[in-house]
Amino acid sequence: MTREEITSGLAEILEEVAGVNPDDVSEEKSFTEDLDVDSLSMVEVVVAAEEKFGVKIPDDEVQNLKTVGDAVAYILKG
Amino acid sequence: MATTWDAMLAGKSGVSALTEDWAEQLPVRIAAKVAVDPSEVLDRVRLRRLDRSEALALIAAAQAWNDSGLGDSGLDPERLAVVVGSGIGGAQTLLAQDDILEASGPRRVSPHTVPMLMPNGPAAYVGLEYGAKAGVHAPTSACATGAEAIAWGLDIIRSGRADVVIAGGTEAVIHPLPIAGFASMRAMSTRNDDPERASRPWDKARDGFVLGEGAGIVVLESAEHAAARGARVHAVLAGAGLTSDGYDIVQPHPESEGGGRAMRAALRSADLDPLEVKHVNAHATSTPVGDMAEIAGIRRIIGDHPVLTATKSMTGHLLGAAGAVETIATILAVRESVIPPTINLDDPDEGLTLDVAAHKPRSLDIPAALNNSFGFGGHNVALIFTRA
Repeated sequence: MTREEITSGLAEILEEVAGVNPDDVSEEKSFTEDLDVDSLSMVEVVVAAEEKFGVKIPDDEVQNLKTVGDAVAYILKG
Repeated sequence: MATTWDAMLAGKSGVSALTEDWAEQLPVRIAAKVAVDPSEVLDRVRLRRLDRSEALALIAAAQAWNDSGLGDSGLDPERLAVVVGSGIGGAQTLLAQDDILEASGPRRVSPHTVPMLMPNGPAAYVGLEYGAKAGVHAPTSACATGAEAIAWGLDIIRSGRADVVIAGGTEAVIHPLPIAGFASMRAMSTRNDDPERASRPWDKARDGFVLGEGAGIVVLESAEHAAARGARVHAVLAGAGLTSDGYDIVQPHPESEGGGRAMRAALRSADLDPLEVKHVNAHATSTPVGDMAEIAGIRRIIGDHPVLTATKSMTGHLLGAAGAVETIATILAVRESVIPPTINLDDPDEGLTLDVAAHKPRSLDIPAALNNSFGFGGHNVALIFTRA
């Protein structure tokens, strides 16, 4: 899967869970600062991403995923 | 709200058949759903984080708040309180998330589950929406909840803790489990083949209540605060009485001993003579025992003169929202000098010796009116409204 495919997959999840406009989603955006995803919604994003991309994202790791790009990199590694 | 009032005056029943698959096996397959689904009012993402009871409370609160004109009045948030209760709380969320837990495991349970199912959720969301900082409260007294919330609001204003209180009740439990539970108690009507005639308070053929859903919210304001800003006042909440039966967990006292004491306490609280109470919006849920017990209480404390109605004949029983929705019907009756009808009262019980606005609305000059609410657990709340 390419970085672009993962970013667009995350954009779909963010729209479903938190009503984020997919056009606003890009790698440099911070989930909380730029996209206004609150902590409970972030949990939903993580669980949906695990399912969509077939990866495990432990709770300890979630705090390191500040930006969409951080999540893309983690999912690519996984 | 205006459309609900118009439907009441037209004697229109909100009860219909439950056509969902899950209703097939239930002994009760009728209910009174809200006419406008929350999905038509609130956006999709917001609704994912709200129990249906919370969504209904927010929608009703918005209507009440917009009507109050307080939005741009510069009200100090520390003088704004909220009292909104629910009889059963976020049961639909609890049951839906349990299905997810069973089917997919704990990690799939929504992180919004707790704020969706907690009984103070509707009050808390309404408080957040309007920035209330004088206190957010959530009384729970089954079918007396909505009225109890309004009584607490009166106490808060009288004690000086706030100038304005958003108060009322909400309920959304049209789901197989609560229905099965009430049906197992033999508390519900099983007139499944004739939904609009199923809720028939005081009628000889009544066979139990019909479950409804919805929310009723009012904005209470101190007389001084309302006068200072030139507010449009619909009616005055003149007094409230709250008592408990100490009798049985679900059975009403046959003479409405505790209900009568609540009515007397409300009269004292309002400093009114019973003869001034011209109209009673009764609790009357269409159950065999409860309907006639309340009549005994009204006759003993208020007298034989008031004109009664039971709007549950049209709305069904909204449990924790009932007292608040009926408060609004009572306020509008006082303001408009017209009592909404009791439908389906075709063959009145012999014990019904009081005048009821049966079938058609009744025009009447109403200087003061009483609204009764009683709940499982032996909770009794009586509210008295007078003309503004």
